[in-house]
Amino acid sequence: MSITMDNLKTKLGPAELKEGLTATKVKRFIGDYGIIILFVVILVFLAAAAPNFLTLNNIVNVVRQSSIIGLIALGMTFIMITAGIDLSVGSVVGLAGMTFALLAPASGGAFWLPLIAGLGVGLLVGFLSAAMVVWGAILPFLATLATMAIARTAALVITDGQVVSGLSGPAEWLGSGFIGPVPVPVIIFLVAAIICEFVLSRTKFGSHVYAVGGNEESAKKVGISTSRVLFTVYLIGGVTAALGGLVLTARLDGAAPVAGTGYELQVIAAVVIGGTSLFGGVGTIRGTVIGVLLLGVVMNGMNLMGVSSYFQQGVQGVILVLAVLLNRWKSD
Amino acid sequence: MTDAPPATAPLVALKDIHKTFGAVSALRGVSIDVMPGETFALLGDNAAGKSTLMKVLTGVYQPDRGSIELDGKRTEFPTPSASRDQGVEMVYQDFALADNLDVRTNIFLGREPQKNILGPLLRIIDRKKMESETKRVLERLDIPINPRLKVKRLSGGQRQAVAIGRALAFDARLIIMDEPTANLSVAKVDKLIEVTQRLKDLGIAVIIITHRLDEAFAVADRFAVMRQGQVVGRFRVGEVSEAQVAHLISHGTLDDYVDTGSGIPEERRKIGSTSSMETVDALAVRGTTNGSDL
Ligand SMILES: Nc1ncnc2c1ncn2[C@@H]1O[C@H](COP(=O)(O)OP(=O)(O)OP(=O)(O)O)[C@@H](O)[C@H]1O
Ligand SMILES: [Mg+2]
Repeated sequence: MSITMDNLKTKLGPAELKEGLTATKVKRFIGDYGIIILFVVILVFLAAAAPNFLTLNNIVNVVRQSSIIGLIALGMTFIMITAGIDLSVGSVVGLAGMTFALLAPASGGAFWLPLIAGLGVGLLVGFLSAAMVVWGAILPFLATLATMAIARTAALVITDGQVVSGLSGPAEWLGSGFIGPVPVPVIIFLVAAIICEFVLSRTKFGSHVYAVGGNEESAKKVGISTSRVLFTVYLIGGVTAALGGLVLTARLDGAAPVAGTGYELQVIAAVVIGGTSLFGGVGTIRGTVIGVLLLGVVMNGMNLMGVSSYFQQGVQGVILVLAVLLNRWKSD
Repeated sequence: MTDAPPATAPLVALKDIHKTFGAVSALRGVSIDVMPGETFALLGDNAAGKSTLMKVLTGVYQPDRGSIELDGKRTEFPTPSASRDQGVEMVYQDFALADNLDVRTNIFLGREPQKNILGPLLRIIDRKKMESETKRVLERLDIPINPRLKVKRLSGGQRQAVAIGRALAFDARLIIMDEPTANLSVAKVDKLIEVTQRLKDLGIAVIIITHRLDEAFAVADRFAVMRQGQVVGRFRVGEVSEAQVAHLISHGTLDDYVDTGSGIPEERRKIGSTSSMETVDALAVRGTTNGSDL
């Protein structure tokens, strides 16, 4: 968790002590909890202003809609903490979803083959990106710009640009099924988020992800295999994006080769809102989950209130800038 | 401090080390040895080969020729971790820290203690242990720092303490510091001298690479002067003057040294000089072997 007021004093360095404790405390508090406060304010506002916002149905709906971007954002968080970026995620959604749709009816209910094939496609694209970043020493932005184009081309070529529709029952379940009262996509997202949170905050690998993002040279000197860390994060990014693609395809009961276009920007925005730095070394999965839900709630609220879609993107932009400013005051 | 008893074997001995990079002969038959608990300074001008020699000792480079002995036994350091496993730790000039992580995480970076949860397949970092060990190590250095403080909030001297603490946490027997004062303010240099003294009290040998004679004279028991890939002089502190060493660093010989009244006896200076660029075993240090038998 973020720090509390009590142990704040011990976290201050010499610079902060000079600056004055109260001002620093206030800043730190706003920096650490600003997004959560903003989230709560938005929730309260929408509960009052938007019709039907606070219904169980709508809440479930928001989380379900957010779960696809959310899944992709989990992997993106790992990558961005290493000071990387993955622009290919939207294309991976398209390609993995297409793979899944093509195999799902053919395998006549056998659900695992299309699932594994779809995830495998994500791994493959992640591997390509990582190979360029690690072995080719190509900037992540450029490397994944390339894999973005390649994966999209592949999705278009395999169906000649056609839409594939009609999935087998079990495949469809992935998108529209329920376990108890909870939609399957929500469960997938939550389970994946918990696993990612655990890996990033508790394991040796997670610690090395932060080290690579903080100072790659230092990480190398202390004997961390930075290439292994980088490969792993891009593979994770590929798998979570593919998982998002499978859920999307299952939800829509079909796949379009252009599915997922532009998702990368939404995902990056959500991750940044959640407190991850584009410069690497900083970020958490819990933050990302909040960022994803915040954006999801805002979009949903605006829809309910009948705000024109022209405005919606602008509002997202404002939130993004606000979040970036707040992050400057974070205690870390 | 008492001198190491003459009978003990050197902690490490580098013998007749050669290393070339393409056309550049970085090391041309270098031999040095360091006794347990001793502070040893490695002096020399730019490109003398100091860092290369230390990279051989820390497993970063493999020598083209020559050997390494640890406790009198021949050994090899094929990788940096092999060298570290034997208690040879490097403190890098830039300290090799990650600013975004806290002190305890930096100290254990790459070698995090883990504990099992739900059996050996699922292992997590043991932060409690990291924290208590960090406290212990920094106390030994007499530089208490909050283990949870982010390293980016530390001063230069504190960062160095963390870098040295990292070596201590893994039972270093020899700590190598490459240009340890290059990143420190003048005031911090005194602190470093204190820390080095502290390491000596703890019985840990130190090799300090430096350009600065005052530093070497302040901390070292013995030192070697390197020039163009060779050792051109070995001394015990007090045997030569700073002026003589400065001359040796820049000329590789004391033959043409003109005494300006440093008070070092004439015959001693003679022993430390040579007419060629060959290794000089000046004042052959009592109880230590050197490269002359190779
Ligand atoms: N990896 C390398 N490839 C090629 N040449 C190298 C390499 N490492 C060192 N050298 C060369 O070997 C020689 C010795 O370099 P080294 O870094 O050991 O010197 P140094 O004594 O540490 O100098 P400084 O005081 O400037 O750090 C230099 O001529 C250097 O250019
Ligand atoms: Mg050097």
